[in-house]
Amino acid sequence: MGFLTGLFWFVAVIAACMAAGWLFRTIAIAVTPKGVKKELRTAPLTASFGMMVIIIYIIVAVFAPLIAPFPERMVVGPEYMPWDETHLLGTDNLGRDMLSRLIFGARNTVGIAFATTALAFLIGSILGLLAATVGGWLDQALSRMVDVLMAIPALIFSLLLLTIFGTSVITLIIVIAVIDSTRVFRLARSVALNIVVMDYIEAAKLRGEGLWRLITREILPNAMAPLVAEFGLRFCFVFLAISALSFLGLGLQPPMADWGSMVKENATLIAFGDITPLLPAVAIALLTVSVNFVVDWQLHRASGLKE
Amino acid sequence: MSHIWSMIAKRLALGLLTLFIVSLLIFGATELLPGDFAEEFLGQAATPETVAAIRRELGLDLPMHTRYIEWLTGVLQGDFGNSLSNRRPVIELISTRLGNTLFLALYAAAIAVPLSLMLGILAALFRNSFFDRFSNASALTSISFPEFFVAYILIFWLAGRGGMFPSMASFRGDPSMAEMLYRTFLPALTLTLVVTAHMMRMTRAAIINLLASPYIEMARLKGMKPMRVIVKHALPNALAPIINVIALNLAYLITGVVVVEVVFVFPGLGQLMVDSVAARDMPVVQAVALIFAAAYVLLNLTADVLATLSNPRLVHRR
Repeated sequence: MGFLTGLFWFVAVIAACMAAGWLFRTIAIAVTPKGVKKELRTAPLTASFGMMVIIIYIIVAVFAPLIAPFPERMVVGPEYMPWDETHLLGTDNLGRDMLSRLIFGARNTVGIAFATTALAFLIGSILGLLAATVGGWLDQALSRMVDVLMAIPALIFSLLLLTIFGTSVITLIIVIAVIDSTRVFRLARSVALNIVVMDYIEAAKLRGEGLWRLITREILPNAMAPLVAEFGLRFCFVFLAISALSFLGLGLQPPMADWGSMVKENATLIAFGDITPLLPAVAIALLTVSVNFVVDWQLHRASGLKE
Repeated sequence: MSHIWSMIAKRLALGLLTLFIVSLLIFGATELLPGDFAEEFLGQAATPETVAAIRRELGLDLPMHTRYIEWLTGVLQGDFGNSLSNRRPVIELISTRLGNTLFLALYAAAIAVPLSLMLGILAALFRNSFFDRFSNASALTSISFPEFFVAYILIFWLAGRGGMFPSMASFRGDPSMAEMLYRTFLPALTLTLVVTAHMMRMTRAAIINLLASPYIEMARLKGMKPMRVIVKHALPNALAPIINVIALNLAYLITGVVVVEVVFVFPGLGQLMVDSVAARDMPVVQAVALIFAAAYVLLNLTADVLATLSNPRLVHRR
């Protein structure tokens, strides 16, 4: 019996998600300008559901202080209160409002993951494009360096660096960004290598275009599609890495609300059959799944156009 | 046959070189700090005497290359120095925990590898069916889940009120083999779930890639059963990519093990590393990082060699 009810809820949730995705797509097609409209029509239900979730997360993150019923760090009652009307999701291990912390967590965790990914892309793609365009010893030196950095598992390497530099938000962002930029470098370089041999690059060089202009005006626009898709995937990896580090107590430090550490702090409840501590983990999983859905669609579209 | 040995020897040499550079990196990372590690480690408690004591302990008063050579010769003889937080030799802390972690990783691998191969073959056999689609979707989902989420869901289901399995994996009281397998079942299952999806997808892709080849067509036209076509004819040729993916995922187990060990309070290397990072216990972190990195490099190397050996064209080249 338990299995059947579980199955029923599973199917019901999936159906609800698909319906929400369909509704979102219909509304989006109605309100957006013509060019976007055409692209939105090609979106499968999974991708429109993903886009909807991402937009909701952005809204929650931006307007967190307005939406949250209580401040991020205020102790509002006894510890581990069950769900009721004032504290919709109860309170955490220090008596702070769970829902409010969940909402502020969107701002902290997602914001920091986004900043880290952006930094990783800035470092990785500039160096990658540079290595491919200039070639020679610069390419060799950078590539071998990246090979060595990638020979150490990412999580282990970040733990090592965090031991040395200590745990603070800034070091966290820089350490993860540097480690992940090696993966971006690989991709940017291999994409650019296929572009630099094109005739129009030769023509641009003969016209006397400088290195910077060559990279930003000729190569980057043509390398954009795979890089954008990679940005989505990279964001997921960075997001999961930061959550894992926070979960281990080495990422974002308390009293900052953060989804990874929220799971850890309240984990004792799980053994008593309370699912509240799992909600931040659900929030993490939902966002990564959504981003993956959208990236999947974009990749499919990019490859489909070539047919 | 001799060229295959020289090829393997070359790979091994390259692996050793990588390992050497990695050890240099792990050791030299402390040099990146603008100040000095002793002051940074002590923070508020830094008096000239304590700083001098830590510096002597870590040998920071010697030039870097001397220190590195001393450290490396120590490591090669199994001496990783002393822990900063409890003064015990690092090797003592590591030895039993290394065994525990290896046990857990092998346990997970023993379930995950056959399971994902089987599921991958089945998905290739029934491609585009409901089973195939379902396994694809769940693979995408499971890649997006944080490890601790999977772990806690399993605890919630299987260990909660009146659950069947213990939510904490301790080795207290010298348990028997069966008891150990039972106690570490949940962590092993978590790791299995985390890596199976990816391995399965790649197995399926590697086999489906081959199904369009003429020799498969020939086998089919001879009237062979689909299962036999895949297992006897497609699988041997898909071995190289499959071996690579398995090695990649076993290497992924190494990092996954850290989070899972913390969730289940498992007395392994990952837990030790996390504790030591929080305490900024440099010698322990260096030693554990070196072990993890070495395992990672060796796995990739093994995959390389096995993939070469699985290709008859390379083994019997004239």
